[in-house]
Amino acid sequence: MLDRAATETQITHRQRLWLYVLGGAILVFLALPSLLVIPLSFSDTRFLQFPPPAYSTRWYEAYFGSREWRQATWVSFAAAIVTTGVSTILGTLAAYALHSMYGRAARIIYACFMLPLIVPAILVAIGMFLFYAQLGLNNTMTGIVLAHSVMATPLVVITVASGLKSYDMNQEMVARSLGASRPWAFLTVTLPQIKLPVITAALLAFITSLDEVTISLFVAGGDYATMTKRMFNALRDEIDPTIAAISTLLIVFSVALLAANQLASAPRRR
Amino acid sequence: MTAATSPAPNEAALRAAGRRESLTLGALAAPGLALIGIVALAPIAWLFWLSVRKGDAYTLEHYVRLLHPNYMLSLQTTFELSVLVTVICVLLGYPLAYLIAQARERTASILLLFVLFPVWTSLLVRCYAWLVLLQRRGLINTWLTDIGLIDAPLRLVHNFTGTTIGMVHIMLPFMVLPLYATMRAIPRDYLRAAANLGATPSQAFRDVYVPLSMPGLAAGIIIVFILCLGFYVTPALLGGGRVMMWSMQIERHVTYHADWGAASALGVVLLAMALAIFWAVGRVIGFDRILGGR
Repeated sequence: MLDRAATETQITHRQRLWLYVLGGAILVFLALPSLLVIPLSFSDTRFLQFPPPAYSTRWYEAYFGSREWRQATWVSFAAAIVTTGVSTILGTLAAYALHSMYGRAARIIYACFMLPLIVPAILVAIGMFLFYAQLGLNNTMTGIVLAHSVMATPLVVITVASGLKSYDMNQEMVARSLGASRPWAFLTVTLPQIKLPVITAALLAFITSLDEVTISLFVAGGDYATMTKRMFNALRDEIDPTIAAISTLLIVFSVALLAANQLASAPRRR
Repeated sequence: MTAATSPAPNEAALRAAGRRESLTLGALAAPGLALIGIVALAPIAWLFWLSVRKGDAYTLEHYVRLLHPNYMLSLQTTFELSVLVTVICVLLGYPLAYLIAQARERTASILLLFVLFPVWTSLLVRCYAWLVLLQRRGLINTWLTDIGLIDAPLRLVHNFTGTTIGMVHIMLPFMVLPLYATMRAIPRDYLRAAANLGATPSQAFRDVYVPLSMPGLAAGIIIVFILCLGFYVTPALLGGGRVMMWSMQIERHVTYHADWGAASALGVVLLAMALAIFWAVGRVIGFDRILGGR
């Protein structure tokens, strides 16, 4: 087994055992740190001990018992849900339009959509903070949703545009030549076939909003502080195992989203 | 349409229909563009303007102030950290992407999950995990002391080391994913052909595989480097105030001093650096490859 060729150039598995070890170590480096947080969240003590001397759910009780954390959780999830709706719709429409357009204009519009990904987040953050200050949008749900939608829409455009690449536009043309209006043809012929990329895009938008830190630090506050803003401040000032409990819940949540996305796109590969 | 020698009777109508079509499509992209333009880009343009204003006059004062050694040190830290993190990401990311690209479909998709899992995990959760692992009485120091390898705890976090480790952890997937996409598309026959023509395995790898994987590598490098240049959260948490990144200077000027002139000038310089690097590399390898879009 070990002496069979692993590559086209007849390197054997034994000869590149080091590569497998290195690869394994890197994968452990990527995945393990976050997972270590899980046992810590069930620790009985406020001090760092691994494995924990005794187990309890006191940090979960602390989290669910705190009005501030509950409020922040509500703000984060509400903002993420609305952001998902806004950016998925705007991003899908734009991706569809860009897919059907040709030439220079399409390239320029596409580049504009990508700008929020290239411009450093800190710069977007202070710009928005200044802008919101004029309109009274700082520390409001509207402000948070607009900010998060700006960050999520480019990801939706990228994801849906790459999905449209493998879709044959002629199908929509056929529907239209048979009398369907363009919106109707899009909704009944095109959209069902790009369903998977659109779902992936929506999940990405959700997680982008839920995880957004830099801009939220500036524009979210008071009763509308997001979970990330409270976590950031807690991590900077005093580390409390409540963070471990929240982190565990967030890990479970992101694994569920990732699994949902993998399951949704799995049948396609077969 | 343009091939016709004499104007066809329906040419005007066709052109009008074409124009209507582009208008409709433009209208579909407009709401998203308006959102990004008004909420993100217009305020940044305003920052540009603020960076050259003092009172009612135009001035370059805010930029001249950036020549102060404090800012220069910060610029140096930012570049050192970004280069170091990018280099480590290449060293770790290339072998990993290579391994995943060579694996069978099913194995590859499982290995990719390990790379995607951190991406989907909250940034703050990952920073917290590193704080737990690296701090003075954190897991790594405790373990090393317990097995007798060290007497006094190592300083692993709230400094340059901890920031580097945390940043590499965050950036590595952004290196692996574009590399993997490029490597997966390299036809294996090329390597077989190289071997047939008498190349040793290392020659085939060096002269055939590496050059073909270059676009992915360049895309990974550019993404990681630009993200590092403007990164705020991880250096702020893991650097413990000892790693003064350019982005942290910006935050400081806004929150503590409400000095918008200086903050704007700092921001403009950061944006100019990011765009210059993006543009330069984009010219060489193509912008589409970096963003993976159209």
